[in-house]
Amino acid sequence: MRSDRPPFALTLGAIGGLMFLHLPILLIFLYAFTTEEKSYQFPPPGLTTEWFGVAWNRADIWPPLWLSLKVATIASGLALLLGTLCAAAMARARFFGRDTISLLVILPIALPGIITGMSLRSAFAIADIPFSMWTIMLGHATFCIVIVYNNAVARFRRLGSSMLEASADLGANAFQTFRFVILPNLGTALLAGGMLAFALSFDEVIVTTFTAGTGNAAKTLPIWMLDELVRPRQRPVTNVVAIVVFTATFLPILAAYYLTSGAEETAGGGK
Amino acid sequence: MPATSQPAKATGIAERLTALFWKRPGILLALLLAPPLLWLGVVYVGSLVALLWQSFYSIDPFSGVVVREFTLKTYGELLLPQNYDIILRTVTMAAAVTLASAALAFPIAFYAARFAKGRWKAVFYLGVMLPLWSSYLVKVYAWKLILAKEGIVTWAANGIGAGSVLDAILSIPVIGGNSLSTSFIGTFIVFVYVWLPYMILPMQASLERVPKSMLEASADLGAGGLRTLWSVTLPLALPGIIAGSIFTFSLTLGDYIIPQIIGNSANFIGMAVYSLQGTAGNIPLAAAFAVIPILIMLVYLAIARRLGAFDAL
Repeated sequence: MRSDRPPFALTLGAIGGLMFLHLPILLIFLYAFTTEEKSYQFPPPGLTTEWFGVAWNRADIWPPLWLSLKVATIASGLALLLGTLCAAAMARARFFGRDTISLLVILPIALPGIITGMSLRSAFAIADIPFSMWTIMLGHATFCIVIVYNNAVARFRRLGSSMLEASADLGANAFQTFRFVILPNLGTALLAGGMLAFALSFDEVIVTTFTAGTGNAAKTLPIWMLDELVRPRQRPVTNVVAIVVFTATFLPILAAYYLTSGAEETAGGGK
Repeated sequence: MPATSQPAKATGIAERLTALFWKRPGILLALLLAPPLLWLGVVYVGSLVALLWQSFYSIDPFSGVVVREFTLKTYGELLLPQNYDIILRTVTMAAAVTLASAALAFPIAFYAARFAKGRWKAVFYLGVMLPLWSSYLVKVYAWKLILAKEGIVTWAANGIGAGSVLDAILSIPVIGGNSLSTSFIGTFIVFVYVWLPYMILPMQASLERVPKSMLEASADLGAGGLRTLWSVTLPLALPGIIAGSIFTFSLTLGDYIIPQIIGNSANFIGMAVYSLQGTAGNIPLAAAFAVIPILIMLVYLAIARRLGAFDAL
């Protein structure tokens, strides 16, 4: 049958589509080396590596970078805790309201970010909570829970109940079972979920604009980038930062993929 | 199993708790669920309700103060021409982006599902997943570089002698503009680029579920490749395409960064919400605007559910 060889037009469309998805990112790298800082002239009039040094010495880049790292670390930690708890309960039992809870977990990422952001902002205003790193982090943790949950619940399902029953039969108490049976089996799924959550939080901008308040103390790296996009200064410096952001999200995603690629479920199938 | 048959050596607190969890699994379940439910069910849903509630308030036109009385007046303001235009523009854009994403996604998803094997399968999977997860802002920024007037598209168009074609496209009223990065065409391209992976993954999943025997049966009955594609593959893959369209449609409806950075500064729902709740301080109208994407998506989801898209998610 002919269908084992793809038609030429299909191959062209598939390869073209993949290139459409990947080539634009490469330009970010190229423009980090251009000598032209006032416009996006192509081809670049000259190439230089000075912007990496300039970016390194720019005092306004470091605080947002640290803030983003802190927020992403704490938010993914919190999401790990809440997402795993939720997954443990959902994988374990069928109970009234189960579908509602699964909808609840997906909601923060299924609704447009602007709605999540705005409602959290008005809730902070009503509760009289001042904007700080913690409000940013609360917002991030909310939409990161589903990422951890998705990874953990798939692994819980595969784990099944026989191992837990065996552990109980051998005399282990609930905490020992958790420590020596559940955790080792869940490990890579949780690590993958945590990394995806970190990547998602590190680069989130829409919810953050609502929960960060104003001023420099509340500027994450993506917010800094957004400011530079609206009012560009040294454009290649923005490219250097973009490369940092890209790497900080790219590496955890790749790691998450390889951590779970042997398993039936692969991390990152849905965002 | 009766609880008495358990080794009830209630020596330490851990053993006691274990026995309790065994006798009454509901307690363990409640303990596991309490923290995430407090967070999502109380904090998050609470804030959603608080927001939606405010859409039934109105703003005093003279003092600019929010009047805390139930009214539908704010929803009535959505029908004013300038607000209605924003809604229409956003929905049109979302529909166009969804159609274009489906068209672009199909060859990739089809190839990955039917022809990619072994190592190539992984290449296709990573090739779609990495752009899906990689930084949203970096992707938008990349397109600002590409679509700028002095950027690579203009350079390439002039290089192959198609500069006049580009100018002709840009001179089309409404969707054209001064340069690609300040036109609706630009906004459209970037939306398609950013949401495309969300379309490919569910589409590929549903194409992988199309039984090969059906394709062979179609060929045996004398259908050519295109006829099989149209009459067999596409109808079977439709749930996946609709599942993907849920994402592309919803994400376009709510986005406010892309039209702010690339486009002719015409308002979209997201931008209107952002400026209304921020500088304008008109929370009730912002909340009423925010209800629109939610309503549209509820209707969309109801239709998608009838067409079986939820099994393809």
